[in-house]
Amino acid sequence: MDRDKAVEVKSVSKHFGTYQALKSVSFDIGENEFFTMLGPSGCGKTTLLRMLAGFESPDQGSILLHGREVTQIPPHKRRVNTVFQSYALFPHMTLEQNVAYGLENLGWERAKIRARTGEMLERVHMSAMATRKPGQLSGGQRQRVALARALAPEPEILLLDEPLSALDLKLRQAMRDELRNLQRDTGITFVFVTHDQEEALDMSDRIAVLGAGEVQQIGTPAQIYEEPVNRFVADFVGETNFLDVEVLDSREGQATIRTPLGTFGVPATGAAQKGRATLSIRPEKINLGDQAAGGITLAARVVNQNYMGGFTHYTLETGGVTLRASRRNASRQGDLVATGADVTIGFLPGSARVLAS
Amino acid sequence: MSRSHDVKRYPGFGWLTLVFFVWLYLPLMVVVVYSFNANRIAGVWTGFSLDWYASALKNQALMNALKTSVTVALIATAVATSVALMAALAIIRGKNVRFRRLSETVVNLPLLLPEIVLAVASLILFSLVGLQNGLLKLILAHSAFCTPFAFLPIRARLQGMSLDFEEASADLYAGRWTTFRRVTLPLIFPGVFSGAMLAFLISMDDFITSNMLASGGTTTLPVYIFSLIRSGTTPELNAIGTLMILASLILATAALLVARRGTKP
Repeated sequence: MDRDKAVEVKSVSKHFGTYQALKSVSFDIGENEFFTMLGPSGCGKTTLLRMLAGFESPDQGSILLHGREVTQIPPHKRRVNTVFQSYALFPHMTLEQNVAYGLENLGWERAKIRARTGEMLERVHMSAMATRKPGQLSGGQRQRVALARALAPEPEILLLDEPLSALDLKLRQAMRDELRNLQRDTGITFVFVTHDQEEALDMSDRIAVLGAGEVQQIGTPAQIYEEPVNRFVADFVGETNFLDVEVLDSREGQATIRTPLGTFGVPATGAAQKGRATLSIRPEKINLGDQAAGGITLAARVVNQNYMGGFTHYTLETGGVTLRASRRNASRQGDLVATGADVTIGFLPGSARVLAS
Repeated sequence: MSRSHDVKRYPGFGWLTLVFFVWLYLPLMVVVVYSFNANRIAGVWTGFSLDWYASALKNQALMNALKTSVTVALIATAVATSVALMAALAIIRGKNVRFRRLSETVVNLPLLLPEIVLAVASLILFSLVGLQNGLLKLILAHSAFCTPFAFLPIRARLQGMSLDFEEASADLYAGRWTTFRRVTLPLIFPGVFSGAMLAFLISMDDFITSNMLASGGTTTLPVYIFSLIRSGTTPELNAIGTLMILASLILATAALLVARRGTKP
């Protein structure tokens, strides 16, 4: 029993018919952590969340919440609350009644329920609408009430199932900050499920990248982005260039690799063994023209460019390889590189990453 | 809707609609109008009168038949709706239900069988078992054939209701009974109400089974009306018919209002 672990998932497997949704998944979530399960649809992230809530049970393995085995405990006996993707606010109850529902079932006193309900609606700026029904609210308002309802009973763990996916862009950004603040203020462990890597990087203390029913990597946002452990993670989180390379030599965290662009030394993970491998280098790590200084420099030609406002994305060709690069538009127009132009590009060896093929 | 598909612009649309409504409602209009006729002979209008209503309401046999019908219909509705609700919950919400489709078909089968077969079957069964109580026989038979009518709207409503609500309720510490009472039932109530309404009307309207099982003191309204016609029609029938139309209209309106309330978020 470990008090520092809010959640322990131990060798959990789950089949739906012949489809294996989870393949012996194990990981821990720390107390007061903002933990995100990130992955494409069908990766098993929602199944895992539903297991934490108690809506699904694993075929094999066990789940512990604060050291207590809950694998066979029904949802209403777990001190866990969920913010559903659809919000699932009860349409026949007022906002007040929605927020009070969990407290009534826990047997709180009437006066305490009133106070807590008022406090929670206040907290999400919905007090003025306490006696309205969910049908009269906008998406963002429903979202906030769903949060208030889930947080009112002071759960040990809050589960959030893609709660921002139905909101428009501006609102989503604001809600990210609000969620992050709520998590810090309440000190409750948040387990967040999303397929949106930007959301995951922005909010999380740690991220678990799931793919094909397995945990691909767990780490801080920077670790996930800068030090992906395999091709799946490098590809799913952010944009990247992949090059087929050969590892000639690998020792003490340094590898010598032969690439179509030449032979050079890069930092390597334990995964980099002699033989065929993949080199991942992110577009923003490739510098153009006057920004290319130090490290490895190459001559390239600009094949195409997409002006995005703050950035311009370039498609480059060098030594028979097509690379994507992005360049910050630090000043106006003057530093744009024309399509068809020859340009010097460069990157630091440390910003490339060798992955097992 | 685009202009080219506006059905109101089709040639002859107005006339066709008029003919349709006349064909549908003319017989009913005749009954209503002649229920106010002072003359004893149907078809000869001599003046306005409420006598036939008075005579219908004073007719003790008629009132007894009405009382039997309503008693049977109320109890049969309660039984059929409860059974249908439980069946729908088990079939739609149950986990790992084997033979889900088969179960649904079995519940709905009485809709497809000729009623006369069911009526004869009930008669034979009750005499085999030795059941004597006429009212009980009627209630049992009506409960059975009303169940699929109650089941259909309840099932439809339950199927259309997202599981999220029930899961949210369980997530918020409600046990199964609390979830049913405070979330599931209120949300499917329009379906339950429609089902009960249908069951009630089907029971009130039933002739074949009721006639087959009728014995002294258990004559239902349709069976009594049929017996009146055999001994020659009287304008009293028109008055009874008009009252029944009025009752049906009230029930149908109530059902519509509840259904509309239910679809609003």
